[in-house]
Amino acid sequence: MVFRQKHLLGIEHLHPEEITTLLDLADQYVDLNRRDVKHSEALRGLTQINMFFENSTRTQASFEIAGKRLGADVMNMAMQASSIKKGETLIDTAMTLNAMHPDLLVVRHPHSGAVDLLAQKVNCAVLNAGDGRHEHPTQALLDALTIRRTKGRLHRLNIAICGDVAHSRVARSNLILLGKMENRVRLVGPPTLMPSQINEFGVEVYEDMAEGLKDVDVVMMLRLQRERMDGGFIPSEREYYHRYGLDAEKLKHAKDDAIVMHPGPMNRGVEIDGELADDINRSVIQEQVEMGVAVRMAAMDLLARNLRESRANQPVEV
Amino acid sequence: MSLLFTNARLIDPESLSETHGSLLVQDGVIVNLGAEIAVPEGAEVIDCGGKCLAPGIVDIGVKVCEPGERHKESYRSAGLAAAAGGITTMVTRPDTDPCIDSPETLEFVTRRANEAAPVNVVPMAALTKGREGKEMTEFGFLMDAGAIAFTDCDHVISDTKVYSRAMTYARSLGALVIAHPQEPGLSKGAAVTSGKFASLRGLPAVTPMAERMGLDRDIALIEMTGVKYHADQITTARALPALERAKANGFDITAGTSIHHLTLNELDVADYRTFFKIKPPLRSEEDRLAVVAAVKSGLIDTISSMHTPQDEESKRLPFEEAASGAVALETLLPAALRLFHAEQLTLPELFRAMALNPANRLGLPSGRLSAGAPADLIMFDADAPFVLDRFKLNSKSKNTPFDGQRMQGKVLATYVAGQAVYRRD
Repeated sequence: MVFRQKHLLGIEHLHPEEITTLLDLADQYVDLNRRDVKHSEALRGLTQINMFFENSTRTQASFEIAGKRLGADVMNMAMQASSIKKGETLIDTAMTLNAMHPDLLVVRHPHSGAVDLLAQKVNCAVLNAGDGRHEHPTQALLDALTIRRTKGRLHRLNIAICGDVAHSRVARSNLILLGKMENRVRLVGPPTLMPSQINEFGVEVYEDMAEGLKDVDVVMMLRLQRERMDGGFIPSEREYYHRYGLDAEKLKHAKDDAIVMHPGPMNRGVEIDGELADDINRSVIQEQVEMGVAVRMAAMDLLARNLRESRANQPVEV
Repeated sequence: MSLLFTNARLIDPESLSETHGSLLVQDGVIVNLGAEIAVPEGAEVIDCGGKCLAPGIVDIGVKVCEPGERHKESYRSAGLAAAAGGITTMVTRPDTDPCIDSPETLEFVTRRANEAAPVNVVPMAALTKGREGKEMTEFGFLMDAGAIAFTDCDHVISDTKVYSRAMTYARSLGALVIAHPQEPGLSKGAAVTSGKFASLRGLPAVTPMAERMGLDRDIALIEMTGVKYHADQITTARALPALERAKANGFDITAGTSIHHLTLNELDVADYRTFFKIKPPLRSEEDRLAVVAAVKSGLIDTISSMHTPQDEESKRLPFEEAASGAVALETLLPAALRLFHAEQLTLPELFRAMALNPANRLGLPSGRLSAGAPADLIMFDADAPFVLDRFKLNSKSKNTPFDGQRMQGKVLATYVAGQAVYRRD
């Protein structure tokens, strides 16, 4: 079992073995979460602070449940309403929190790299719950766990990531993770929603859904990031749905047993057909949410083990 | 009062040659240079020990944060940094707070500069009031007050009508306009250059093509108005053919680049290091090499420090929110010498771009080693190695991208009009 990380800032820094370690542990937590008594003592005595500088219901709830099931003392801070509005810098906020001796800090921030910056300034384990357009590692890990449990493996699969790749941290973390685990990744979407030179990341880029979905094992839809659009990426939502929205017709190009994923929250009728999203034979969207809690438990458990170990190895101050 | 430098490696950017010999200064002016010069009576003799003697650097585009942000940089601290860095003339930017757009503000900074800075300070003034791109400033009064050129710095005038009128009026006065070639719609909100690295980091990016678009528009306006024009920073390969054509067409156009674009590339940003956030953003390695070649061929005329002090509070932020700019007065020469040690540029070629060309463009008599020129000189050891410690810089702000890096080249002494303003202990 290998997991050497001090923080979970992105998939970029993870070794494939570490990803496997984390997913293996998450499998155990899936079992725990399905019991009547969903409790472990892995994080007992530790303090977990969730700092969300950007609105989130699902991810924050998932981290909160994960922490509570492992016995941590969990606190949520809605940073949009707090001192950041009074002009306090991110570093000052971090230093203030650090003085309260948290052990696990879960951070979401609207700017890429902000979580890295914060991690340099605190003495606890930091988990990136999404920074700007950069990474969202726990989402990629929960997607990986969902695929592994549904498909029975996490390598040599054809996986299409479709939609608004440019504004998506989920897409970045996923394409890095799936590449590390030796899958063939395709990106499908209009060229205005593709990051520049993305073809150099070892992925195939398609502008047409029928071609892009041909014979894939997994279809990952992305949320159309309407709140990030300062206009003019696509002509209209209805044209987008017509050309890139996933429906039963377009899904026919994929393999017969292909699964459909979505990180949520969904825009039904924009990037995905509502009925298809609810089709329990094809859609694994509910499983993704379930896996999310397990993966976050595993991530926090592993980081807490490393944290305790590093503290035990430090000379005791008198 | 005479001063004789002997045993010097004389760097002459006019003839692009290096010779071993002596240089005689009388009353602050170079009077003679050659292999052997007899020691005049009463002259002070300085043995250069075979080290380099070159014209002092003329640096177009230095930001001193007076008025407004003296805590970031004052004329005193910038002047000391310039002297220690071998810069004998700072051509200062008007992008202060408030900006230098009236004769009154210009007179204030000139007075402050004369009181506090040991090197020459030549101020530039804003091209439009408040650098807002709406109304031109009082070019005539500002020139009378000493403005040597007009620039809105990194603000691009998006209203082409305002821009063309300002250029036409500037032409009638023979004023030099310095612009920042950039397509403002494309560069809005950008923190890095678009490409693989920007995509990986998830940072808002600008295509390098935006620079060429800005330059193309400016060249059309030069053709239309006949204005005397200098592009502050050309940093991309794609902009170079346009510049070359404009020069071949005989337009009055010159171009500069920054030392950071010559010595660093986009990958240096690494894990969101904000000291590497500059404007325009660092480019690809291919662009860097093309710009180095353009300096060598003379297509790009000048190299500037683009000295931009920022305090820790402005830089210790998420990359997108952090301020742009880097201090460079003291690192300009050692960074430029990297290109010499890499055998990409010779010492005379470097001083052509750092001293002779900027002086010529601004109509200053300095920047050369020839009889009659002011004795603005630097003596330096081109090889001396050191590791840069940003806290030892004279600048009040310490935002250098070269912190902790191995560099070569130390200034031994700096002279302004024959007076030593800096000596290395």
